[in-house]
Amino acid sequence: MSILVFAENWDGKFKKQTFELISYAHALSKSMNTTVSAISIGKVDDEELNKLGTYGASKVLNVTDCRLYTLDNKTFTMAIAQAAAKENSKIIVFAQNNTGKAIAPRVSIRLKAGLASGVIGLPTSYEPFTIVKKTYTSKALANVIVKSDVKIITLSQNAYGIVENPTTANIEHFSPEIADTDIKTTVIEVNKITGKILLNDAEIVVSGGRGMKGPENWGGIEELAQILGAATACSRPVSDEGWRTHEEHTGQTGKIIAPNLYFAFGISGAIQHLGGISSSKCIVAVNKDPDAPIFEAADYGIVGDALKVIPELIAAIKELKAN
Amino acid sequence: MKILVCISNVPDTTTKIKFLNNNTTFDSAGVQWIINPWDELALTRAIELKEAHAGAVSEITVVNVGLPTTEPTIRKALAIGADKAIRVNLDPKDAYTVALQLSEIIKKDSFDIILCGIESSDYNGTSVGGMLSELLDFPSVSAVSFIDIEGDQLKLKREIDGGQEIIGISTPFIGIVQKGIAKDARIPNMRGIMMAKTKPLQVVEPVSADLYTDFVSFDYPKAKASCKKVDPDNVKELVNLLHNEAKVI
Repeated sequence: MSILVFAENWDGKFKKQTFELISYAHALSKSMNTTVSAISIGKVDDEELNKLGTYGASKVLNVTDCRLYTLDNKTFTMAIAQAAAKENSKIIVFAQNNTGKAIAPRVSIRLKAGLASGVIGLPTSYEPFTIVKKTYTSKALANVIVKSDVKIITLSQNAYGIVENPTTANIEHFSPEIADTDIKTTVIEVNKITGKILLNDAEIVVSGGRGMKGPENWGGIEELAQILGAATACSRPVSDEGWRTHEEHTGQTGKIIAPNLYFAFGISGAIQHLGGISSSKCIVAVNKDPDAPIFEAADYGIVGDALKVIPELIAAIKELKAN
Repeated sequence: MKILVCISNVPDTTTKIKFLNNNTTFDSAGVQWIINPWDELALTRAIELKEAHAGAVSEITVVNVGLPTTEPTIRKALAIGADKAIRVNLDPKDAYTVALQLSEIIKKDSFDIILCGIESSDYNGTSVGGMLSELLDFPSVSAVSFIDIEGDQLKLKREIDGGQEIIGISTPFIGIVQKGIAKDARIPNMRGIMMAKTKPLQVVEPVSADLYTDFVSFDYPKAKASCKKVDPDNVKELVNLLHNEAKVI
């Protein structure tokens, strides 16, 4: 028996979220008296694979098949399902991100396993296996019983945190049986934005809304993000107006994020926006309107003009960093 | 080519979410129901494809798994521009049930392009499209933000962390779409609404299914402690609080 984690990498380095998944699976394995295995697909070196041991994986199945360097939903599913069978995995853990959303449901069908997606913590009961997931775009939580023998969990970002559980990871080469005819997607071109912090990976996010008045005023947001090592985001009207690209749109129909710190400048906090950001650990709101709903979600707030506050904030943070 | 768009009937995104019966049942009193926003964008793109490739795309069907109460939402999809609709007469309990019912519909007919929204705004399962693909053994691409027809191939854009991939794929295929797939959802016009009344809406009885999951009850997220206000003339104090109290910078 084991718990299997899909350890996703980004350009050969594991994502922070991967370490969170291993930490989470380790806690599950303690309660279930079992061990954690991980499956890595792609080109990842041994030094990086060993890092999975730091968080509690005792075994790593390393798939280096070059046909799987880009994501193909069906063949990734086959690889993970074969690994789960080999490891006799009772729980398989994915991240609730684009890759997890693409593969976990397919694996669930292949293994006849119940799927709980967007889970926010460890099970509240193991018998029956009951777990809490987000519903209604974070406006409610659901208690879900997973009844099947094999269970699949996708964990919401930052729901558990990264915990070190030093173990030695035994790295094993694993070659899933995949025929060339199983691969249906051809990646023609990859356009990656480099040198920018990814919104879903960022610990700090600096976001602007209509109160920023226009795209020409984003310099302050970008500067603040740069000195904090943060990603930039925006509200829906801002991306709809074309002031910023839709990749930055956070909210119910955009990206759902959970950073440690979220700055909302000139964002009123419509319920759809809050749905995308309310899992942030700390929310700071700056808005001229004292009755803006964003203040109900915020931990700290300034009632004032974002355009005036941002430069002062930059100066104060620079001063803090200098000391 | 025939396109199938899977649509979910969900509470309007501004709905205040409440539950009844010891938090076991969603309180639908006064709730406005809409086409799930991602599904609506998928439908819009399907209509755009039909308009742009009149010879290539012959028909757009929408399918919903739901009780008769979902029919106004289905009629709206017909008013926007779908040619016909199918409703599987079942109150869906989880993603697997929905995917299984949809797979039965697709097995009975032949569709070339099947589009699903990446998630529904009620259960946020993000699962139906993926489950459906595996049930049918169809190729699937998730997080699709662009789709077009090029000969007998499809060209897609897939959103990845910090970028996009351009993907080529043959039909039949399941596209799990996200924001960006169409700019704005179409609003039905009067002619569309009138025509929708006479477009075919077929009701199909469900197949039986075992449930793997059971949504036993709901809770509300913990309310936040009240917001600590800082004087706009004392921004330094905010930095001090973030550094020493919240310890986030």
